[in-house]
Amino acid sequence: MTLFDKFKGLEAARVALREAGIDPFNLTLDRIFSATEAEIRGRRTILAGTNNYLGLTFDPDCIEASVTAVREQGTGTTGSRMANGTFAGHVALEREFAEFYGQRGAIVFSTGYIANLAMLSTLAGPDDTILLDADSHASIYDGCRLGGAKVVRFRHNDTHDLEKRLRRLGQDASTTLVVVEGIYSMLGDVAPLAEIAAIKKRYGACLLVDEAHSLGILGKTGRGLSEEVGVEADVDFIVGTFSKSLGATGGYCVSNHPELDAIRYAGRPYIFTASPSPSVIASTRKALQVLRTRPELRTRLWDNARTVYSRLSELGFTLGPQVSPVVAVRLADKSQAFAAWKQLLEQGIYVNLILPPAAPEGGALLRCSLSAAHTLEQLDRITDAFATLQTALATHTA
Amino acid sequence: MASYNEILTQVYSVLAPFTKDEQPLTEETALVADLGLDSIQVMRLLLEIEDYFDISIPVNILPDVRTIGDLVGQLEKLVNKG
Repeated sequence: MTLFDKFKGLEAARVALREAGIDPFNLTLDRIFSATEAEIRGRRTILAGTNNYLGLTFDPDCIEASVTAVREQGTGTTGSRMANGTFAGHVALEREFAEFYGQRGAIVFSTGYIANLAMLSTLAGPDDTILLDADSHASIYDGCRLGGAKVVRFRHNDTHDLEKRLRRLGQDASTTLVVVEGIYSMLGDVAPLAEIAAIKKRYGACLLVDEAHSLGILGKTGRGLSEEVGVEADVDFIVGTFSKSLGATGGYCVSNHPELDAIRYAGRPYIFTASPSPSVIASTRKALQVLRTRPELRTRLWDNARTVYSRLSELGFTLGPQVSPVVAVRLADKSQAFAAWKQLLEQGIYVNLILPPAAPEGGALLRCSLSAAHTLEQLDRITDAFATLQTALATHTA
Repeated sequence: MASYNEILTQVYSVLAPFTKDEQPLTEETALVADLGLDSIQVMRLLLEIEDYFDISIPVNILPDVRTIGDLVGQLEKLVNKG
């Protein structure tokens, strides 16, 4: 027995991928041309799996803000928010998030993963319960483990199952945090949030919604699913990320609860890591401004999503249950999905390959995420490449 | 209230569709090592057991569950608590 025995299975899988000529989970983008194009393995490739929903990574104003911040404030903060890592920009961004959401307070974290880790591990301790959607992101599961709360899952998007489990909790429902996502990242499906908010109110629980994939995408002003379905007043905590629609890296939480500030003193993932670099804060502040003032980006993103969803559907692919900027093509098994993924890449199209257990309900996915920055010509190329797969896959799509 | 043996009998019947070639089940049968259940099958199995006993099985107990006997021991606590 050695420490490394547990990696044998992984290593065998890696060797098999190497023998196939390419490891989809260790791919390098050699040059980045724009929000939607990069050079991969010597080929100019359309990026259709980056979560760069509004295409802001190359927004000239965001870049300019970032460059100015580097010049004026340096490359990093080299410290925790609790020590020397809170610059005026961090505080300003928190104020801007709170104001955007119309909530009392906001906290900025170093990544979206850390935002969930900090919020979940600090809000719910060993005497509390977290009731989470079974398809929740790994950062949610990891946050639950770090805090030591009792963790119970309910069936994905099943409000009947959620209610049943709250009922089973009895009096403990009042110390329960219900956790759901706005748009689920793998299939692009949306939580039945109006019903979930009503149920949590009925049982006196708290509700945290991760809007990572819905910020800038849903809601009249882009605040996410909670805004879209009009339940912001019933959502206790909204968590989100800078690394999708805002085109950077970082996370945040907004809330009306004054206790949110306690996270700054009790949340280990907030305290024991360096704060976001000034350039990241500067581009994110600008990106939030762009998100608020250019709703046409959201319109274009949805137009692009509808185009790809309907074309792939017409081609006969089995897709996620609803149109969203995440368009997931369901395939029967790993080997078919890998072959299809490779074939797309050879045609200059990058999408995400999702294998079990990351793919919900077993099976495998080719996951596309659309961007407002995709041109109509790029959308044609993406869907044309999928069309060439269709013959080979015909027997594998139900 | 349900006794250990009542729960064990019920777990055997829920597990039956997950086993291959009428594999004999005992309290020592390991869910993953012997039955070859993957994480998704374990999740499905737990959902069925939860519905049958009208309980929620916290994810936290899973690291302590290796065999059918371990599972029944945990279920006994959960079922008789409510």
